[in-house]
Amino acid sequence: MKFYVRRIAFYVLTLWFAVTLNFVLPRLLPGDPATILLQKLSRLGGEVTPAMIRSVELLLGTDDGASMWTQYWSYIGSIFRGDLGVSISNYPAPVTTLIGEALPWTLALVGTATVISFLLGIFGGAWVGWKRGTWADNVIPATTLLQSVPYFWLALLLVYIFSVSLGWFPIIGGWDTWTFDNPEASFAFFLDALRHATLPAITIILSSVGGWLLGMRNMTVSTLSEDYITTAEAKGLRPSRIFMTYTVRNASLPSIAGFTIALGFVVSGSIVMEQVFTYPGLGRLMIQAVQGNDYALMQGVFLVITLTVLAANFIMDMFYGFIDPRARHNG
Amino acid sequence: MADDIREQQLAAQASGGALSPVEVLDDTPVAVTDGPAAVRRGALRRFGQLLRRSPKLVVGLGVIVAIVLFVVIVPFFTESPTALDNASLLRPGEDGHLLGTTQLGADVLSQLAHGGRGSLLIGLTAGVITLVLSVIFGVIGGYLGGWVDETMFLISSVMLVIPGLPLMIVVSSYIPGRTIWLLAVILGVTSWAGSALVLRSQARSLRTRDYVSAAKVAGEKPTRIILVEIMPNLLPLFAGQFLFAVVAAILGEAGLSYLGLGPTGSVTWGTMLNDAQSGAALTRGAWWWFIPPGLLIAFLGGALSLVNFSIDETINPKLRAGSIAAKNTRDAKKRAKKKGDQ
Repeated sequence: MKFYVRRIAFYVLTLWFAVTLNFVLPRLLPGDPATILLQKLSRLGGEVTPAMIRSVELLLGTDDGASMWTQYWSYIGSIFRGDLGVSISNYPAPVTTLIGEALPWTLALVGTATVISFLLGIFGGAWVGWKRGTWADNVIPATTLLQSVPYFWLALLLVYIFSVSLGWFPIIGGWDTWTFDNPEASFAFFLDALRHATLPAITIILSSVGGWLLGMRNMTVSTLSEDYITTAEAKGLRPSRIFMTYTVRNASLPSIAGFTIALGFVVSGSIVMEQVFTYPGLGRLMIQAVQGNDYALMQGVFLVITLTVLAANFIMDMFYGFIDPRARHNG
Repeated sequence: MADDIREQQLAAQASGGALSPVEVLDDTPVAVTDGPAAVRRGALRRFGQLLRRSPKLVVGLGVIVAIVLFVVIVPFFTESPTALDNASLLRPGEDGHLLGTTQLGADVLSQLAHGGRGSLLIGLTAGVITLVLSVIFGVIGGYLGGWVDETMFLISSVMLVIPGLPLMIVVSSYIPGRTIWLLAVILGVTSWAGSALVLRSQARSLRTRDYVSAAKVAGEKPTRIILVEIMPNLLPLFAGQFLFAVVAAILGEAGLSYLGLGPTGSVTWGTMLNDAQSGAALTRGAWWWFIPPGLLIAFLGGALSLVNFSIDETINPKLRAGSIAAKNTRDAKKRAKKKGDQ
């Protein structure tokens, strides 16, 4: 029980830290942050409407002399009410609405790609580890190179080859805005969205499969040198049984833990990729916010991303504490 | 995405106890009694042996040296990376531009070499910051134990769970006028946690070794024990973590710069990619503009990872011995089969 209490306390603390960071960072700007933000906005072109001033004041507190402490509490209070403020760049849409529209795209695309990449990596890695010392070892340096490639550059290459040169896939967007006005629940729309998601998904799989592959390969090699494998071999068990029941099962445990965490990073992981493909997800929203100096939106997205990561980690912790008693005692 | 996942896997390995036990081995003893010259020769010989044993190390070091030479030497022979010849996009080889020009007529080769300086500088600086922070939070906490360790472990865990790239984006977007140094600090300060946890678990295991206990009983001060008894044994691990941090920082810089959050007014490989994107290099088919910077990042990252691999194999004999043993078994089986056939 103590384990669970400690873990829950830890996640509450981390959440508080992230929220506070959101509050403190804009106030660390030298001078009067509200004025600086408004100056930035007006320099960016366009007039500063009263609505914008109001929004910035909501974000940074007003000039009416409220103490930092009062501002902090009203900030925490509004977060608990689910009020993340109003977006400046998409005025007057509330930040929560914008996030709600973008989140499903990211979840569907990156979630599916992460699952595919994980499965490929686990079985591929186990196989390469099983065949260690043969030509299969060369797979590892190749995936290392693939992992060192900046993944958004990989995305650029894919766009250049398959969209610009060959014209097989669309260049940007999550769906064809010429054919469909709004996302709809039809089969044609689904196919179209799938076509738009193919290149981004391939990018994610290519850039992340190497990590799974390598981790699983190393765990397999380590597991294979355990005594119980030697015993199993000495007993004359079928190699296929040694492979599946004795090796893969034991070697994949850390990867499964990593997978839960990776699922949490589904939302944050694709920020730059979504920029390359102008994909209508959460990452793209964050970049829009950065480019438009829309700090309320940026903070909101950051908060949602942190929340998903925390949730995934929490689930992983509980799950691991449940299946592995050692984790409970060491925590 | 890849960065974050890697970071998390590392952490999972460190905290989940899944990391295979790292034995810090010193398998080729060197005669230290013959004075400094002999030691140096011994070290050289050991390095030579290492090179012969590991082709990965040779390839990795070779590529790194080549890139560093390119970055150091080439800028002396090219024009300024921001000099604009004529406002047009030139293909490679046209008009004396070996790798062509950007949309505004800047020489791509010159940008590559200068940008490499920026990227390397950011990578190295951020790597050093990461290493120093992770040593402070990992090794010192792990060795001292008690509430110091508890606090430092808590801070590292919190920092680890906060997603790195979004945090970097938020921090950089608030800072106007980012220099190369500032960017390196942002990258270093936001990404030390994973490394700290790995070092901590290792320091905790070293703490209970006999020779450390002996030093403690002999009345050595904690500072001396950490510096003389613990640190040297962690050197291979430090090297690995440092290389890892450099790769992560170079990739991180590229990502941030691509989003337009890079150093303002300086050229790096990341800002080149950003320029290429905003200059519509893709749709105009200007491959010579966006392919080389990414390729250089990939080569540098790959080379650093290869060196990291060979360090891993040196400190974790299981990874190496495993494959050799398997090969021997298979060869023996083959020989036996041949004999049976004859």
